[in-house]
Amino acid sequence: MREKATYVLGLLAALVMIFNLHTVFTQLPDEAMQGAVYRIIFIHVPAAINADIFFTCALVSAILFLATKNFLWDSVTVSCVEVGAMLTLLNLVTGSIWGRNQWGVWWAWDLRMTGQLMCFLLYMGYLLVRPAISEPTQRATMSSIISIFAYADIPLVLMAIRLPNVRTQHPGPVLETGTLAPEFRAPFAIGILAMFLISSALVLVRLHQESAQREIDSLRRELHAR
Amino acid sequence: MNGLQAAWAIARKDLRTELRTKESINAAASFALVILVLFSFAFDLGREELYAISGGLLWLVYSFAGALIVNRGFAREVPNDCLDVLLASPAPAWALFLGKAVSAFFLLVIVEAISLPVFGLFYNIRWTQNLGSLVLVILLATWGITVVGTAFSAVTVNVRLRELMLPVLLYPVLIPLLIGAMGTTTALFGGETLAGENASPLRLLIGFDAIYTALAVYLIEFVLIV
Repeated sequence: MREKATYVLGLLAALVMIFNLHTVFTQLPDEAMQGAVYRIIFIHVPAAINADIFFTCALVSAILFLATKNFLWDSVTVSCVEVGAMLTLLNLVTGSIWGRNQWGVWWAWDLRMTGQLMCFLLYMGYLLVRPAISEPTQRATMSSIISIFAYADIPLVLMAIRLPNVRTQHPGPVLETGTLAPEFRAPFAIGILAMFLISSALVLVRLHQESAQREIDSLRRELHAR
Repeated sequence: MNGLQAAWAIARKDLRTELRTKESINAAASFALVILVLFSFAFDLGREELYAISGGLLWLVYSFAGALIVNRGFAREVPNDCLDVLLASPAPAWALFLGKAVSAFFLLVIVEAISLPVFGLFYNIRWTQNLGSLVLVILLATWGITVVGTAFSAVTVNVRLRELMLPVLLYPVLIPLLIGAMGTTTALFGGETLAGENASPLRLLIGFDAIYTALAVYLIEFVLIV
């Protein structure tokens, strides 16, 4: 049943993404100042927004694991962190490509990209330390602690990189100031939804893998106990 | 014996052990001096450029030395099941953590006090102007390093490749603290005060210390008693 739900969600996500990409590449005009490269925003910004969503889900599930000791929450945490890290990497790569085209450099240490890089490093620590802990309860507990520490650092990172001596070349936010042209708003929103659906499907696949791994580990322990 | 008394007893125990052998202090101070020498080969700068990067240089040295100090925090209790004995004692887990953090703080301050005059000598930086403010910034940032470092030392105590995993976890979380410390230290070396623009990084240091001290004290029980 869960596998069917995953397939249906993945198929729906793929259809929405294909539809949206078709709209972005064939229906929308080139932007006045940036030309065709502005289209990267329909991948770049949804990736960042969805990464934040999944890191927040990871925080909540980490707290729930510590409170309930239910390993399902640990599986949710690791799945959300992995997908969030992947989305953050996508955001960084697409941002670099856009920056090379617009600013002439692959990396400019501007405010937003630096913040995203710091997020990526924080959660890379989580992903690196987790496999190094063999005992499952310890692994789940330590991972949850690391996830909470990492998330608590994000607002501090954002505060730190806004200090007076940091350069800010990045374009201003388009959602709050409303400077996104009307014809771009629907594809932008659909892009966010499509990426959310794809990421959710990936989280479900990963949850299934974690559940299977726990079953294998328990069978292995049972075998060794005999 | 209440929690604070227990924490102080643990801090005194660690400090007494360390001051008798001086293993960590010698290693960390020597490492700091080697890094100072290496940086002098890496950069060949004029006076003004050197002052512009002075805070960054100093805090890189201190953070590398800090990782060596905090790595020993809980690791020294692993042989002969000393950690299990401490956990079985009436002292609460937060007292154990605070005691370790306080002892690491004092040890790192000793290493910083040794390194600072050498730094001033090698790079011809006048550090005695604004000495009170400099000491305040050093103490605040050092507490942040030791609190987060000691918490992660507890997390990684039973992890494979502990000495490698601790820096991987520690440095990304310390980024906002180091940005704040580097900025204020550079400003103080340049003759500025902690008023005006330099008040924001100072508030960042205080906020970082408050948030992570509270988080670590609350979560350490989950880390130590798995």
